[in-house]
Amino acid sequence: MAVKVLIPTPLQKLTRDQATLECEAQTVSDLLDSLEQSCPGIKARLCDEQGQLRRFVNFYVNSEDIRFLDGPSTPLKDGDEVSIIPAIAGG
Amino acid sequence: MAQTLTAHAATAATFSALRCRECGAEYEPKAIHVCEFCFGPLEVAYDYEALQRQVSRESIQAGPNSIWRYKAFLPVCSDNPIDVGTGMTPLVKANRLARRLGLHNLYIKNDAVNMPTLSFKDRVVSVALTRARELGFTTVSCASTGNLANSTAAIAAYAGLDCCVFIPSDLEAGKVLGTLIYGPTVMAVHGNYDQVNRLCSEVANTHHWGFVNINLRPYYSEGSKTLGYEVAEQLGWELPDHIVAPLASGSLFSKIYKGFQEFIKVGLVADKPVRFSGAQAEGCAPIEQAFRDGVDFIKPVKPNTIAKSIAIGNPADGIYALDIARKTQGQIAAVSDAEIIEGIKLLAETEGIFTETAGGTTVAVLKKLADAGKIGPDEKTVVYITGNGLKTQEAIQDYAGEPLTIDPKLESFERALERSRTLERLEWQQVLV
Repeated sequence: MAVKVLIPTPLQKLTRDQATLECEAQTVSDLLDSLEQSCPGIKARLCDEQGQLRRFVNFYVNSEDIRFLDGPSTPLKDGDEVSIIPAIAGG
Repeated sequence: MAQTLTAHAATAATFSALRCRECGAEYEPKAIHVCEFCFGPLEVAYDYEALQRQVSRESIQAGPNSIWRYKAFLPVCSDNPIDVGTGMTPLVKANRLARRLGLHNLYIKNDAVNMPTLSFKDRVVSVALTRARELGFTTVSCASTGNLANSTAAIAAYAGLDCCVFIPSDLEAGKVLGTLIYGPTVMAVHGNYDQVNRLCSEVANTHHWGFVNINLRPYYSEGSKTLGYEVAEQLGWELPDHIVAPLASGSLFSKIYKGFQEFIKVGLVADKPVRFSGAQAEGCAPIEQAFRDGVDFIKPVKPNTIAKSIAIGNPADGIYALDIARKTQGQIAAVSDAEIIEGIKLLAETEGIFTETAGGTTVAVLKKLADAGKIGPDEKTVVYITGNGLKTQEAIQDYAGEPLTIDPKLESFERALERSRTLERLEWQQVLV
């Protein structure tokens, strides 16, 4: 199943400057492993030593924050768009 | 020659790097905002010894009547930063409001009259756009709940920068018009602020624009420190005992704290404990919820409140704000939309200041804390009013009453006056019951 992943600028060095990638994955957790295979080193940037998503990383599936869905177990299907966004300030 | 060198040294930049707040990794001071290793936020790192050599109370007082009197503490190197008279807003001793709340030592920092767009955002944008110009950007942008869009568009117009701003499509009319008038491109996004912010992050990944609250955020957020500096200077180079400020992303709150700490560090004020209390609207209170639950992480929420300017459901600096409130023995409280409207009216009727919903939230929380005995009557307390009520008229228009419409005749006036006095008496009776 192909999922489109939007890569934030700070990680694009690991994706050969690609801002979007196509990935095969059943869940967000899966997606992390799949990304790690195509872009070695990327998982360590997104997850801490315990394998938890870092607190400054936000994951969105089709524009919805995964914390409002099933977190890392959020299922993915063909054509979904996953956005990885660092926390941002504003107002 | 020696003189030239000294003069140069006196204005040399006091910062040389960005540093990750989480893991300490250092970066060149470019347009980046996130640590490549741990995704933590980047902050400007200053040379405080150089700063201490450059500044004194006298040198600051001899500076411009704007935030740029504190230029040595801000992350820009231009000799001529963008100065549209931002900052040095009034610090008002609020005796009538204090009496209503049973307090004796209350001040209002009134950024409802900040220049040029009547909110504290002019501080952060003046810094961000000065830095954007230094970094070579010709287009600036932002994700905004309204005030930041007003400010970015206005100051970009003054500086001759192209501007494209993103706002949620349901903003108050005054905030939309107050952006459009400066001639930027305005994208009104179907979605809430958090969704606008996410979209902007995606745009920032592919367009090389200076987003004041994204890739310029380390510089932008430093502008809020001036709200700390000014209060300290206006109190006669002394820190208050307690501050109350609104909490949206948590950035303003933590930068006021940083401002006080820096003034202590370079010896401009004496060290003393300052309690930091934060205000949220019940319809968007993720930081207050974490404070109440005693946890050190923030669970995002979907905002539903009239206080749109502080309706950030996923606050980036929330954990820092939490930490500051806890370690300074402050409080974080939330109030209902009805209390926010009462807060706006209370401030207007006692102090002659018309604030927007964020200010209403802050005043309502001040009242709540005072009623609960969580602010000592003699504590020197400063309340930060960060925006102007003329921008959010929809929120208040059904609650502000109506004018008395009369004929141009003395008799008509006398009759209306009598009626209004009767109404006033009735209101008093209601209060007494």
